[in-house]
Amino acid sequence: MKRKQRQTNYTEETITLEMLNSKKASNMRTTNMMTGIRRSSNGGGGSGGSISGNSNSDTVRMNPESHSGGGGGGDGGTVMRIIVPLQGVVQGSGGLVLGSVIPCALFYLLQFYLRRNRSASPPSSSSSPSSKKQLVEASMLLRSPSHLFSRLSTGPAYISSRAYSITNSVDTPYYAGSKNVTEDPYDALNNPDGVMQLGLAENKLSLDLIQDWLAENVKDSIVGAEGGGDLSICGIATYQPFDGLMELKVAVAGFMSQVVEGSVSFNPLQIVLTSGVAPAFEILSFCLADAGNAFLVPTPYYSGLDRYIKWRTGVELIPVPCHSTDNFNLSITVLDRAFNQAKKRGLKVRGVIISNPSNPVGNLMSWETLYNLMDFSREKNLHIISDEIFAGSTHGDKEFVSIASVLESEDFDKSRIHIVYGLSKDLSLPGFRVGIIYSFNDNVLAAAKQLSRFSSISAPLQRLLASMLSDTRFVQDYIETNRKRIRTIYSAFVEGLKQLGIECMQSSGGFYCWANMSGLIRSYSEKGELELWDRLLNIAKINLTPGSSCHCIEPGWFCCCFTALTEKDIPVVMERILKVSETSKS
Amino acid sequence: MAIAIDIEIEKPSVGLSRVAVSDTHGEDSPYFEGWKVYDENPYDEVRNPLGVIQMGLAENQVSFDLIEEYLEQHPEASATWGNGTSSFKENALFQDYHGLKTFRKAMASFMEQIRGERAKFDPDRIVLTAGATAANELLTFILANPGDALLVPTPYYPGFDRDLRWRTGVKIIPVHCNSSNDFQVTPQALEEAYNQALAMNIKVRGLLITNPSNPLGTLIQRSVLEEILEFVTRKNIHLVSDEIYSGSVFSSSEFTSIAEILESQKYRNAERVHIVYSLSKDLGLPGFRVGMIYSYNDQVVTTARRMSSFSLVSSQTQNFLASMLSDTKFTKNYIKINRQRLRKRYEMIIEGLRKAGIECLKGNGGLFCWMNLSPFLEKPTREGELGLWNSILHEVKLNISPGSSCYCSEPGWFRVCFANMSEQTLEVALKRIHDFMEKRKTDQRNHLSY
Repeated sequence: MKRKQRQTNYTEETITLEMLNSKKASNMRTTNMMTGIRRSSNGGGGSGGSISGNSNSDTVRMNPESHSGGGGGGDGGTVMRIIVPLQGVVQGSGGLVLGSVIPCALFYLLQFYLRRNRSASPPSSSSSPSSKKQLVEASMLLRSPSHLFSRLSTGPAYISSRAYSITNSVDTPYYAGSKNVTEDPYDALNNPDGVMQLGLAENKLSLDLIQDWLAENVKDSIVGAEGGGDLSICGIATYQPFDGLMELKVAVAGFMSQVVEGSVSFNPLQIVLTSGVAPAFEILSFCLADAGNAFLVPTPYYSGLDRYIKWRTGVELIPVPCHSTDNFNLSITVLDRAFNQAKKRGLKVRGVIISNPSNPVGNLMSWETLYNLMDFSREKNLHIISDEIFAGSTHGDKEFVSIASVLESEDFDKSRIHIVYGLSKDLSLPGFRVGIIYSFNDNVLAAAKQLSRFSSISAPLQRLLASMLSDTRFVQDYIETNRKRIRTIYSAFVEGLKQLGIECMQSSGGFYCWANMSGLIRSYSEKGELELWDRLLNIAKINLTPGSSCHCIEPGWFCCCFTALTEKDIPVVMERILKVSETSKS
Repeated sequence: MAIAIDIEIEKPSVGLSRVAVSDTHGEDSPYFEGWKVYDENPYDEVRNPLGVIQMGLAENQVSFDLIEEYLEQHPEASATWGNGTSSFKENALFQDYHGLKTFRKAMASFMEQIRGERAKFDPDRIVLTAGATAANELLTFILANPGDALLVPTPYYPGFDRDLRWRTGVKIIPVHCNSSNDFQVTPQALEEAYNQALAMNIKVRGLLITNPSNPLGTLIQRSVLEEILEFVTRKNIHLVSDEIYSGSVFSSSEFTSIAEILESQKYRNAERVHIVYSLSKDLGLPGFRVGMIYSYNDQVVTTARRMSSFSLVSSQTQNFLASMLSDTKFTKNYIKINRQRLRKRYEMIIEGLRKAGIECLKGNGGLFCWMNLSPFLEKPTREGELGLWNSILHEVKLNISPGSSCYCSEPGWFRVCFANMSEQTLEVALKRIHDFMEKRKTDQRNHLSY
């Protein structure tokens, strides 16, 4: 009996959510609601830690977010979703009649329930161990609504709410555009009318250097390196440390130091290797924040962060708008404002995520900004994740400053600083899938080492890279040549745009430029921007990343990645943009 | 809110998440404790003959020579690592998280061969992950919400506590099996576990089985699989069948994959079934970090693919293995010889233990046996088991895994791995056990005579 009562309670809650979601609610959204519930009550999970008590208000807060899910289903679906589960609840002891009566009664009760929740005070909870048990139990109660749906669904087997949000996440133009490229890729000879890829930050300029190195050395590094003739299959086939082989960590630390021209001496013991940058970000997100917590991120930011940081962790990203008038540089004042607003919303901010060189703008952070940012993080007790994956791909006259070098010169609390690095950009090897967490926090390193078991790099590849990156002469040559080549194509590309009347933000790093195409958009809005993106993609057959995909608040900015092009491609790109720009004027 | 801040003020530095500070990584269990003792003093025939022999690691080293031989005869396979001019650019730039089609095809075919061609696999349903560890976690993320639970029959692989629970916030409800029916899963035990979850108000989302079982080394019979499928269908929950040891079954015909059951039932209720596989055990390549999910559920496939961006396999690794596994002459021979060798090893250890007066559960596959030391416990409790385990670890210097770390409901059982060492080392290990048992007998006799 007691349990039945409880179940009725869950149902109340579920319907509350339904009502909030208006008549348009679809099946999909119902499920997305569950995401809200999950997030808000996630805390009690495996670790048995305490959770914030009042999840109801959290749930309500989450709702707008979940609207981003896909469509599907109609109005009828909503009704079914409410009635059917209720029938399930009472079927055991009452049958269909009760199943239809109770919902009506509940509906009225819920109006009160809803109102009460809306005015609910911010989460309060207690840290005393005795209350832990209750809290965990409470979290289970709140989570339970979702299972009512699944029990009766005759259709597909239940999928978790976090999975739903991923399954139904709509591709942003960033991903959608790349699909067009995959289907109809440009090739100067074989497919001159195909789509040109300027939306993917990959670098084809210096692959020849790596290829040459491999051709000369690879036989030695994979099988039978040591001792000659001894096939070292045991050294690659068996279980290896999940967080990476020490020989590769040493080589990577050396490579990172070479990239910053010795301004920082990176320590291999502070490295955890992961299979790509995505898990490096995700592991840090898991380590630094609980579900429902948030990171501040200056915009525009790389759209992949929305996946890496948020998807499976339930962590939020709060955009901190940067403006063209500041050359899209981070302003601590704006950061502080965003922090305070988040606090007012009841969000626990855990840290700031920056990219330096910035992705997608390409500018570098100055020593002063980094210093002020660290000061800010100390004052607010925040972590800083510094994404420096383009550190070796700078091409301007300005000097790149790693957050690690600011740290070395000042007496900061190092334990809040974490760097994400990788070999996808600076070594132009995305297919190799090597990401790096470089942390100054021992506890984070310990946890990240454990978590790296879910995203380890294959040992033979590690051995190969270790020997490549230990070749410091090759590395030096590679970095220098690669920088020169990026600089050359950057200048040519930006000059080309200039002649079309398109100005770019001054940038010093990365594979891309940040172009102001607001002159080409028909309405100064996100809609206008996306309309231009669409014309560029479908008429001019150029895939660019619109600023809105990077959460830029000013419409008309586009990220153009030029390192996958040859110099011969540049006039073709310009001609195509010109075609669209002419139709814009007409 | 208030407490979060209070806690942080107490701490000297900036706070971390619950995931980071949780002990769900399970490193404190005896299962991992034994590894540490081994790491500090590892056995080596020549350099450290008195060291600890690692019998807690399910690694297959009995067939490395076959892979080496393949590499020698096929230098073009090694070329996929980069010195082959044609493949380099592709390898370097390949970013598609779907994984290489050629590799998925080769994997599907390899899995079919292992199952004696009694089941078909569609390469498009394969989602690659960096190891089975990641595959199991990924499925848990998809199938359950934090606070929900998966049923797992005991004894189970101790790593599941970490892999299934840590970041997902999902719980494990044990399904208790016991020696009276050779630890087979029964509908009653399943029902009991399910009801227990209900009583605790926990939503059960699925059942995870290992077939062949880790740590038992036994196979799940067809009739039991049918019961299991019937159970999960009736409860409308998922079934994850972890079949990472399917190619390490001593005789192919003995093994029944859940895929075969689904095929015979014309894929009715297949959408709730997901298979986990890996090349770590059957091909002995855990260092390559290749695992996969095979799901019959379209939505799970789509979502798992997207999530797999957190756990990708490098393109060279895929290319290399694609060329090796597409060579059916090699795979057929490998599978056959590997099975024979594992069986030989298994018989060797069973026989050796028997001579020492120790019985094991009859196994049909895997890289370990399930040893019954319950007659030798001082007290039939967990403490008694761990006491004996301690003696074996520190005196006999063998690292074996106590059943309690696998949540076995009966004390006195141990998992003993036999494929991660040479035959000579195994002989040394058996001799040590034999001597230990003899000494116990003498001690007991002396004890009685006093």
